Parts: sequence; structure tokens; C-alpha cells
Amino acid sequence: MNGFLDRRDRWLNLTGLLGVAIVLVGIYMAFQYAPTDRVQGHAQRIFYIHVPMAWLAYLAYAVLFVGAIGYLWKKDWKWDRLARASAELGFLFTTLVLISGSLWGRPIWGTWWQWEARLTTTLILWFIYLGYFMLRSYAGDREKAARHSAVLGIIGMIDIPIIHQSVKWWRTLHPEPVVLDTTGPNLPDSMLYTLLVCFVGFTVLYAFLMGMKYRVESARDEIGEREMTRMFEASAAQQPAVDTTSAPSISGGMED
Amino acid sequence: MSRVIALIWKDLLIEARSRQFIGAMLAFTLIVIVTLNFAFDLIREGREMNGAGALWVAILFSGLIGIGRSIAVERDRGTLDGLILTPIDGGTLFLGKFGASLASIIVVEIVALPVFAALYDLPALDPLVLGIVLAGSAGLAGLGTLFSAVTSGGRSREVLLPLLLFPLMIPVLIAAVRATGEVFQGDRDDILRWINLLIGFDAIFIVLAYLGFGFLIED
Repeated sequence: MNGFLDRRDRWLNLTGLLGVAIVLVGIYMAFQYAPTDRVQGHAQRIFYIHVPMAWLAYLAYAVLFVGAIGYLWKKDWKWDRLARASAELGFLFTTLVLISGSLWGRPIWGTWWQWEARLTTTLILWFIYLGYFMLRSYAGDREKAARHSAVLGIIGMIDIPIIHQSVKWWRTLHPEPVVLDTTGPNLPDSMLYTLLVCFVGFTVLYAFLMGMKYRVESARDEIGEREMTRMFEASAAQQPAVDTTSAPSISGGMED
Repeated sequence: MSRVIALIWKDLLIEARSRQFIGAMLAFTLIVIVTLNFAFDLIREGREMNGAGALWVAILFSGLIGIGRSIAVERDRGTLDGLILTPIDGGTLFLGKFGASLASIIVVEIVALPVFAALYDLPALDPLVLGIVLAGSAGLAGLGTLFSAVTSGGRSREVLLPLLLFPLMIPVLIAAVRATGEVFQGDRDDILRWINLLIGFDAIFIVLAYLGFGFLIED
């Protein structure tokens, strides 16, 4: 490994440690610093996990969208790696937000699920992620998988607000946003600070996981390319040498 | 434009001569319409909303069968490569396939809607319903044609197409069912909102599919 990679590793590990540290502080604050909700009791504390997860589910999709556009535009693998890495994390966070939301909804609403705009849109987002992976795995070769999934990623990004609006018109029960209110945040300061710490912590953690995942995807691409080269060389070696003059000079050139 | 018409004409001519899919789509749609009665009991009072839902489930399913068949057939016969090699861009190719898919869905609907209206005594032939059905079918055919370019190749088709199409189609389904339901109920307060949503969705996604089709078909 050269110095550059080492330095990058160090930064990545540092980001990971920082993320874990902030999240731990956030969780401590959620249980010790933030007051118990008067109406919802302790169940409200899942808010500090649930809201950052929801943010990351959508942030990850936005990153996927950027990667998709970048790939179709530049045809450079690094954009596809970005999209791929973010898709897996986004799927994870979307699953977590659905689960944490259900756990929260059960004691508060008395039901695991409400067919309301934000929940339904998040569920559909989950299915779009699922379709994204299915599309990639069925595509066969790597280039096709990248191209096809990029188109799906872009279509999905444009569709999500429309889905949200259509479901909203269809029916709505979710509490109105309490943080991004036009009259200012409608939360006690201590709750808001706790939420902000969790927000930052999980976002840093996302950045770290993205870095790790991106490296895994780079390694995967590299292995794929090496195997392709090996297969190509093996098939070239098996073929009877038609041109006897050029064949030795090629292999000689490779050994230099 | 003449190229688009030539492409649509070619697909419809193939269909008219082979009668492969429209018959199957029609039979399937009719049996879905009949079967849904046993699921929702569509002859009772207050059946208007369920009836609208049943109608759209039938249209959605028949679309799944019909959309993209022509691409799958062309892939099987190897004529798709020829089509791609012609000096026609992806967008025009999309419009051709989209037009042919929409035409076959409309042919099915021309038979299925009167049957539906007669079986369930709902005003499915109201001009407003016909417009809603047309707009909804255009959205279905647009996105469906786009994704069928990917899913028509091989074993995955039956699973992959609905998996990609249904989540993204939800605005069309909601708007179409609500708008149809309002006509059936005779209460048209919000109908403009739903029709606007339908037309907006159609416009956005037909343009997107027009732009994106080239990326999906180029292999």
C-alpha cells in the first residue's frame, strides 16, 4: 500500500470513530438529557433514532440519484460504485425506519401501520430499492446492470415526490412536521439538541459506511476485471496459434 | 412522426396477422373482471369505489401481459438488433413501441369496458371514464414500455416487470381509481385534481421514457 491509501484509510477510520462517538453521545442524551414526553412517555425516545434513519433513507437515495446521473453522463465506474454503495445503505436505513416507525406507532397510534403519505412513500421507496437490486442481479453483465439501474434510479427520484403527493391526497394521518415548522421548531430545546446530535452522528456514520462500501465495490470491480483478463488470456492461450510470428512476441512483451 | 407511425403499424400488422397477444389479453382481462366479483361482491350497494378498483386491477393486469410482448418477440426472433441498427433514435423507437402497446390495451378496453358496465351496472362508458381510462392506460403503457426494454430479455421478465412497474405506477393507480370512483358515485368534487395528477404523470413519464429508452435498449 502506498502512503496515499494509508492516509485515506486513516481518515476513513477516524470518520467511523467520530460517527460512533457522536451516536453514543446522542443515545446517552436521548435517555438522560432529553425529557420524557408528557403524552407519549418513554416510547417517544425512539424519535431520536427514527428521524435520522428517515433522513438517511432519503439522503442515500439522493446520492444514488447523483451516482446514476454521473454514470449515464460520464460512463465512469466510480459513479456507479457510488450509486451501488448508497443503494445498499439506503435499503438498510429504509428497512430500519420502517421497523422503528412500526415499533413507535404500535404504542402511540395503537397500530403497527398507517396508510399515510410519509409511511406509504417510505414503503414504496423500500420497494424501489428492492427493484433496483433485482434489476442489477438479473442484468447479467456489469455494464448493463449499471446502465439499467441508473435509469431506474433517476425515474424513481422523480417519481418519489409524485408518489408522496398522490398518497397525501389519498389520505393523511401522520402528525405534521414538528421540527421544520414555519414558526420555528416546536420542540423543547433539550429534545431538539438531542435530535441534532443524533442527526449529525448518524450522518457521519453514513459517510463512514459509504467510504467502506465504496472501497468494497472498488475491490469487487477490480476482481471482476482481473477475472475477465484471466479468462481472456486463458481462451487466447487455448486457441491454436494462427499467426505464429506475432504470438511469441506478444507473450514476450507481457513478461517484460 | 412518419417513422413512429411506421413502427406502430408494423407491430399492429404483426399482431393482426398472428393474433398472438390481444386475444390472450382480452380473455385474461375478462376473467379477471369476473373473478374480482367474488373477491369484492360488486353487485351490492356502495360498490362504486370497489368497482373502480376492480376495473383498474383488471387494466393493470392486462397491461402486464400485453406491454413489452412485442419487444420480447423481437428479441426472440433476433429482429430487435435489426431495429436498433436502423437509423432511428431510441426516443422514436420508444414512441413506436409505446404506441403499439397503448393501441393493444385500447383494443382490449373497447371490449372489456362495455362488458364491465353490463356486468356491474356501473357507468363505465361515461365519456369522462373513457378519458380517465385513456389517460391511465397511457401512463401504464409509457412506464411499462420503458421497463419492458429491460425485462423482456429472458427468464426474469414475469417477476421483474411488475416489481419495477407497480411501485412507480402508484400515482396513476390512485388517481385513476379515485377519479373513476367519483364518476361512478356521481360525486365529482375532487375529480379535476385526480385528472390533473394523471395527465401530469403521463406527461412527465412519457418524456422521461422517451429520453431514457435509448439507454435501456442499446444492447
